[in-house]
Amino acid sequence: MSTAAQPPADHGPHEEHEGQHGAPHEAPPFTEVQSGAEFTELRRSYRSFAFPLTVAFVLWYLLYVLLSNYAGGFMGTKVLGNINVAFVLGLAQFVTTFLIAWWYSRHAAAKLDPKAEAIKNRLEGGNPRVEGDA
Amino acid sequence: MSHLTFQLAAEGASQHRPLIITLFAVFVAATLGITVWAGRQTKGAEDFYAGGRQFSGFQNGLAISGDYMSAASFLGIAGAIALFGYDGFLYSIGFLVAWLVALLLVAEPLRNSGRFTMGDVLVYRMRQRPVRTAAGVSTIVVSIFYLLAQMAGAGALVTLLLGITSEAGKILVVVLVGIVMILYVSIGGMKGTTWVQMVKAILLIAGTLLITFLVMLKFDFNISTLLGEAAKESGKGAAFLEPGLKYGATATSKIDFISLGIALVLGTAGLPHILIRFYTVPTSQAARKSVNWAIGIIGVFYLMTIALGFGAAALIKPETIIASNPAGNTAAPLLAQEIGGGADSTGGAILLAVISAVAFATILAVVAGLTLASSSSFAHDLYVNVIKRGQASEKDEVRAARWATVGIGAVAIILGVFARGLNVAGLVALAFAVAASANLPTILYSLFWKRFTTSGALWSIYGGLASSVLLVLFSPVVSGKETSMFPAVDFHFFPLENPGLISIPLGFLLGWLGSLLSKEEPDAKKYAELEVRSLTGTGAH
Repeated sequence: MSTAAQPPADHGPHEEHEGQHGAPHEAPPFTEVQSGAEFTELRRSYRSFAFPLTVAFVLWYLLYVLLSNYAGGFMGTKVLGNINVAFVLGLAQFVTTFLIAWWYSRHAAAKLDPKAEAIKNRLEGGNPRVEGDA
Repeated sequence: MSHLTFQLAAEGASQHRPLIITLFAVFVAATLGITVWAGRQTKGAEDFYAGGRQFSGFQNGLAISGDYMSAASFLGIAGAIALFGYDGFLYSIGFLVAWLVALLLVAEPLRNSGRFTMGDVLVYRMRQRPVRTAAGVSTIVVSIFYLLAQMAGAGALVTLLLGITSEAGKILVVVLVGIVMILYVSIGGMKGTTWVQMVKAILLIAGTLLITFLVMLKFDFNISTLLGEAAKESGKGAAFLEPGLKYGATATSKIDFISLGIALVLGTAGLPHILIRFYTVPTSQAARKSVNWAIGIIGVFYLMTIALGFGAAALIKPETIIASNPAGNTAAPLLAQEIGGGADSTGGAILLAVISAVAFATILAVVAGLTLASSSSFAHDLYVNVIKRGQASEKDEVRAARWATVGIGAVAIILGVFARGLNVAGLVALAFAVAASANLPTILYSLFWKRFTTSGALWSIYGGLASSVLLVLFSPVVSGKETSMFPAVDFHFFPLENPGLISIPLGFLLGWLGSLLSKEEPDAKKYAELEVRSLTGTGAH
């Protein structure tokens, strides 16, 4: 595994990693791809969606936990028959979980998958793998 | 009085023993058939560890649900709601929301960049042997704690559902459960285990649907009436429908609840037996789809546990539930019996038998999933890549994995025999806390932080692991309280039962500090490869 004839720039020696993933010998130029505009855009599109959303749902869940702990009176307020605020908020956690899952999947299918697929096809030599998913 | 009801419950159970055993035997025979069939198709490492990566998103979603909906969530949550009302329901919300962490941050990149185990992703740009060792140790510790809880639960269930009270009888059942589980995993590998999970998930959902339907029928499909009746019969009134009965007792118990909540939400995406399920599908899109299916199935299941728990509270006296099992674990089977027409009716007997058999199937399948996760990690991370330094043949590796299954299964049986009296809930919460403290920080840093180094990975895995285990050791779970594992002694100084509040931030902090303080340069080139592969699926196995 020689690195001598690889594309220029920052390819350091990589003896210490040889062969552990059984990858094809002509390894794709990952470093160039990583700093390229196409991948930068894919990463931005993924992170700017997934990271804030993760923070948001964790905070929303923590708010629910804190309300359950310290706002007993408010949580016990009856809304409809015997159904109180605590139940409505608990069910709201279910609903937001379903909605976030749906929303992320829609974002991923529309914005992430095409970009990822394009980069992958280019790196693998335009030989798309057959997707065997039902 | 309570002694008498216990007698009645036990007699009712033993009366229906032949029916329960028959149903359970049918399940075992059918699933063993599937296992043998799957075993014939299991040839290489990819088959054994990842089921050939040919499952569809829906199939894997069903199998994930099967892996996740343990007896603790089926019997435990229904029982907790039946006894503590609203607070029992709090558990399930954390368990469900947790799946978003897996969906948004872990499932797809893991599928794209790993092969067989959690360790595959963690070692990507690190020094192989130390990080593999750490990943293997933490995988096995988390799985063994979880396994211990399930085996202890199996022992307790036997008494309650089959009416077996002799010590020898209980030990025999734990041993039998262990042997069947070893057969599933060692013969069928991931393919067989996945099919077992699917069958179990369908049975569990069908059984829960049936009971939910019958309960709601009784209350004219009016949730408000059901809740009102439950509050009245519980003897606690409106407080039964509000938070606070279980966790609201003291300032400490409230903080404990926050700690538990954080551990539940962050633990799921670090559970090795869940993580390896993402390798059974061909692409990251299929991994995403399987998490979506799992969220749907698990969500609907937890919604139904509300009907189960409050239904049990409304229809069965709390004294009867407590007399049968102090933690309420038999509320769901008792409810099935009641809703089928009562203890003396044929309908009641049949429903009790069905739900009991489903509960056994649940334990068996979850235990199989856990054993597979730990034996995969033992063979792939520790044996092949640490002991043999990557020089083992594929055949050798699969053989090692099968033998590891037998070994870990034997350990599980021995622990299960001794753990019958242990506090099950503490063990499950511990497994989640360790997963969230040791595994999740390392996974997230590995995938998303370019400055992460080998030292950082070792600090976060061992630091998270040690802090969570030690804090539990010195918590009221182990000593100092009547409900402790060792109630007679008291060496606890940590007030909380769940260590997550301290150990999870510590795991993240240590991973960060370890990376900054180490002299080693982060491997930018390898990170480029990992990042591109994890986001695009280039060169995915």
